[in-house]
Amino acid sequence: MAAQRFRVLPGFGLTMGFTLFYLSAIVIIPIAALFLKSFQLSWADFWRVVTTDRAMAAYKLTFGASLIAALINAIFGTILAWVLVRYTFPGKKFIDALVDFPFALPTAVAGLTLSNLFAGNGWLGQFLVPLGIKGAFTPLGVIIALTFVGMPFAVRTLQPVLENLDRGVEEVAATLGAGRLRTFVKIIAPTLLPTIITGFALSFARAVGEYGSIVFISGNKPFQTEIAPYLIVFRLEEYDYLGATAIAAVLLVISFVILAVINYLESWAGRYQR
Amino acid sequence: MAGYVKRSRQTNGHTASKGGTEESPFFKWLLITVALLFSILFLLLPLVNVFAQALSKGWQAYWTALSEPDAWAAIKLTLLVAAITVPLNVVFGLAAAWAIAKFDFRGKSLLNTLIDLPFSVSPVVAGLMYVLLFGLQGYFGRWLADHEIKIIFAVPGIVIATIFITFPFVARELIPVMQATRSEQEQAALTLGATGWQTFWRVTLPSVKWGLLYGIILCNARAMGEFGAVSVVSGHITGQTDTMPLRIEKLYQEYNAAAAFAIASLLALLALLTLGIKTFLEWKQERDYERAQRAAESYEDSTAPTSREPEITAVRSQP
Repeated sequence: MAAQRFRVLPGFGLTMGFTLFYLSAIVIIPIAALFLKSFQLSWADFWRVVTTDRAMAAYKLTFGASLIAALINAIFGTILAWVLVRYTFPGKKFIDALVDFPFALPTAVAGLTLSNLFAGNGWLGQFLVPLGIKGAFTPLGVIIALTFVGMPFAVRTLQPVLENLDRGVEEVAATLGAGRLRTFVKIIAPTLLPTIITGFALSFARAVGEYGSIVFISGNKPFQTEIAPYLIVFRLEEYDYLGATAIAAVLLVISFVILAVINYLESWAGRYQR
Repeated sequence: MAGYVKRSRQTNGHTASKGGTEESPFFKWLLITVALLFSILFLLLPLVNVFAQALSKGWQAYWTALSEPDAWAAIKLTLLVAAITVPLNVVFGLAAAWAIAKFDFRGKSLLNTLIDLPFSVSPVVAGLMYVLLFGLQGYFGRWLADHEIKIIFAVPGIVIATIFITFPFVARELIPVMQATRSEQEQAALTLGATGWQTFWRVTLPSVKWGLLYGIILCNARAMGEFGAVSVVSGHITGQTDTMPLRIEKLYQEYNAAAAFAIASLLALLALLTLGIKTFLEWKQERDYERAQRAAESYEDSTAPTSREPEITAVRSQP
């Protein structure tokens, strides 16, 4: 139906031309330049640079902490989304609006305030540090910051699906004698699972690239609290452009893979909604 | 992807009775308690802490920290970067949305994916890409040096890196809105003798203005707050290439926490303002949608049943 209907409108050449020009200049050429630069290394050199012990430790922290943070968000984000959709309680509207706060807050500010909260003299740190829970300058701090930045993705992905969930099905289950737990496990959970996994993947993807908040809270100690993006910055500061580029190419390829997985997950979750 | 989060419109089509589909009161309040604790820990405390720490040494120290020349330079640079970045991405967003929403062509889904790509690139990697292009060692470095053009470790580099990071925001917001407003009105305007530009300014733009505003505030918030990409290309020259987030880092490393929090409090206020406008726009969008639906219902009653339900607003629920 669209084909003939839209032909009347003018401006296709102009807008399309500008779109492609801008896209090439800002996105495509720079990404190509990064891969081109990394090809200056021989395959053996490339492999050596991206698999140094220090780099491996950084990947492990980046992906391990992102995974844990995304899991925390999948669990608590689901509870939060459920509570916001299904129940009424004082302050609900306020919390609902505040869910986007980590997204709207610049990451540097997030890192600053979180590291202050969990430091030895901070509001939370003064109780937690004596208990042995050190939230600043430790891998735990990385997890805390990544949980913070990823949380809106987990909640906001699930919320609309929960709102549109057909409660009639739950009523049918109840009339047929299923208990609330059984209804949840057999009816609600399978419907929500694809969306929860999508939210998990989105918050994981957000965490893998995160830099700003981590710089403040982790302390950036090599082999301990150094994330992969920080290692890129470190290599750049010692003018090792090829080393920085190689690690960046690895991260870029991984984020493209995650993007493809998310696209697949979204279509999978979308199929379940119909 | 790693981009923005959007609250989608609530469409509670049915108001089912709750008989047999409620949890026990104990379990319900347990869940609410867990959710509240999680929100207080990860949302409320970090927010309140920013302002508490900023004012920890009193209003006098707060004003001194903000009126210091280097802080003032950082604020001005941040405003300048946003003032260049946002309009450019608005022009791009309008062009891309017009091309994608109003026309059919091959490779449309590829184009959509490419527009979203900056969301999935780590900010540090983004900054590095421009160093490799425009830095002294970069592909255009020699040529730029010969012509005495400075991009990396200067304001143009900061602007370009910020454009990349905020690239998809306006386009991503406008495309579904423009797709949903059907082209009949534009066609009518053209038939009645309006030029293409007149049609765009008087018909298209008014119909997408709220979606556009939504994209602009998100784009602006991210542009002012960007850290990773800007940090790589800025060179950290105090008073010259330090944006507000970079100034915060420098003060933090100098153990001047109160001053760091003073600047951070301005960015936190910006975040709150953004949230406020966002909530307002979503409320408005929801109301407009309900009105349109009611209008459509009465319209459908009176005409042939072939008319499609108007989907006038963005329904994307995720980045």
